[in-house]
Amino acid sequence: MSFESNEKAEGYWRENLRLVLGLLVIWAAVSFGCGILLVDVLNEIHFMGFKLGFWFAQQGSMYVFVALIFVYVAKANALDKKYGVHED
Amino acid sequence: MDVQTLTYLIVGFTFALYIGIAIWSRAGSTKEFYVAGGGVPPVMNGMATAADWMSAASFISLAGIVSFVGYDGSVYLMGWTGGYVLLALCMAPYLRKFGKFTVPDFIGDRYYSQAARTVAVVCAIFICFTYIAGQMRGVGVVFSRFLEVEVDTGVYIGMAVVFFYAVLGGMKGITYTQVAQYCVLIFAFMVPAIFISVMMTGHIIPQIGFGAELVDAAGNGTGEYLLDKLDGLSNELGFAQYTEGSKSMIDVFFITGALMFGTAGLPHVIVRFFTVPKVKDARVSAGWALVFIAIMYTTVPALSAFSRVNMIETINGPESTGVAYETAPDWIKNWEKTGLITWDDKNDDGKIFYTAGAENEMKIDRDIMVLATPEIADLPAWVIALVAAGGLAAALSTSAGLLLVISTSVSHDLLKKNLMPNISDKKELMYARLASAAGIVMAGYFGINPPGFVAAVVAIAFGLAASSLFPAIIMGIFSKTVNKEGAIAGMVTGLLFSASYIVYFKFVNPSANSAENWLFGISPEGIGLFGMMVNFCVAFAVSRVTKAVPQDVVDMVESIRFPKGSGEAHDH
Repeated sequence: MSFESNEKAEGYWRENLRLVLGLLVIWAAVSFGCGILLVDVLNEIHFMGFKLGFWFAQQGSMYVFVALIFVYVAKANALDKKYGVHED
Repeated sequence: MDVQTLTYLIVGFTFALYIGIAIWSRAGSTKEFYVAGGGVPPVMNGMATAADWMSAASFISLAGIVSFVGYDGSVYLMGWTGGYVLLALCMAPYLRKFGKFTVPDFIGDRYYSQAARTVAVVCAIFICFTYIAGQMRGVGVVFSRFLEVEVDTGVYIGMAVVFFYAVLGGMKGITYTQVAQYCVLIFAFMVPAIFISVMMTGHIIPQIGFGAELVDAAGNGTGEYLLDKLDGLSNELGFAQYTEGSKSMIDVFFITGALMFGTAGLPHVIVRFFTVPKVKDARVSAGWALVFIAIMYTTVPALSAFSRVNMIETINGPESTGVAYETAPDWIKNWEKTGLITWDDKNDDGKIFYTAGAENEMKIDRDIMVLATPEIADLPAWVIALVAAGGLAAALSTSAGLLLVISTSVSHDLLKKNLMPNISDKKELMYARLASAAGIVMAGYFGINPPGFVAAVVAIAFGLAASSLFPAIIMGIFSKTVNKEGAIAGMVTGLLFSASYIVYFKFVNPSANSAENWLFGISPEGIGLFGMMVNFCVAFAVSRVTKAVPQDVVDMVESIRFPKGSGEAHDH
């Protein structure tokens, strides 16, 4: 066991799950939400020459996906440091 | 110089480059063959993953499909990028910490069972074979169009080249070759897209031109936006609105989901994250892969919209009544020769005309859109040659990556771990190379005798990955209670459910393949998401009523959940 105690191990995993779940909610919101379920509502709004729902489906969701991964990388690396379980 | 000579030159140069790299980075050991010695930097690995991912199908066909179906094409755009978020957040770091070579390794160890491993091997091999079947055809088509050889000859040349570097180089050779291939293919894709964006909207960045106002030949604004024009044209001609599409919402939802979760379950993608030095690198590699994929995937819909407008306008003319055949542009006549465009003058007025419904006189194959774009937009000959090299790079990199997974699955998972455990390193490497060779011969066979249902087969690959491997891996990491019985039952039911649904509608009773007969209106392409849910439910239910997971496996699950002590990818 690389953690100092069981509580620390559980704390690390809990924080990690919260981070991942939070990001996955955004992931689902931009693609399944804005790009599919809410597409008709958002299409009423115009954005840089696009209907907004269509833009999310063919452009916006992909930009958000990229951003999500890099946010995750930064936060997960910080979490590893906080609990002292990063690689040398 | 004419297009022919330029194509020989550019394609020849890129091939020399790939082969040079393969020789320079030849694999010496089984480990180097499988995982490139764990020494590939994340940015490079991301680029290689992107090249591996973007097949001839995405390079050649995707923009064409989106161009013809508009909003409905979003399922591919979101589906084939969104899976990387799942990979980065839920799989890559943990599988890297686990530290072995393949997906069946993980499933076999986590579920402490030879049977689970065997199910995973069968899934992996089947998924890769269905995938590679379409690739060699892609190589053949590109060769035949640009080098003016028979499609079959094109396939043979492609087989020889892939064999040379996949079989000799192994993973290390493939990784660096794929980096070069990514550069070639993205350059080849972007150059015509940028040209056409500048021509039509005055914007250098196609993603911005996509939403912009159209400009006339002199570069003055026309006051009309590209997408409004496209919706207008679609209405006028009786097609579904470009920005709204015609698929039902539930079907769009399920297809997108099946492609996303399928992506995260594809063995040849997952194996990429075993090839980086550290857990940290596995996380960021997935990010880089998605950056490099998104560069192309966000350009695709822009290119689709540009070429749709361009195509309709050149065929139907400014009055939208059709143009006389004699004055039609050259690209129409060039592609007519290949049989991919056909003209049937139904009203005998001597004019070509494109519309929805019975008056339509033009049959246009979707697959030509990307290859024809430089000709439609009248771009210089070197751009046309470049697109040929890009299409080949896409087809070759994907085939090589798939072959490697096939050979690994056969030699490592099937032979070493199942049938002949005492096999030596050298023998194993030999079998790996033999398996690659067999894979190439099979792919070549399908290239020369295409099954005619490549698209359907690819849908099967994603559906099966989503409903079998993906849930097994996720539960293996995030649950300590799912046991061997649960995982096997889940994989088998998920797999059988999706496979039988797809086979029924695609092969047994294709005439019934319409929305009113589908389960909840979900098409066979989207059923993988439902199969995935079935898998999860069955696995949890069965695990509750069978023996608990042994303590040493629980310890293993705990140890893969944090990065410290990852070490290099190892055999045992």
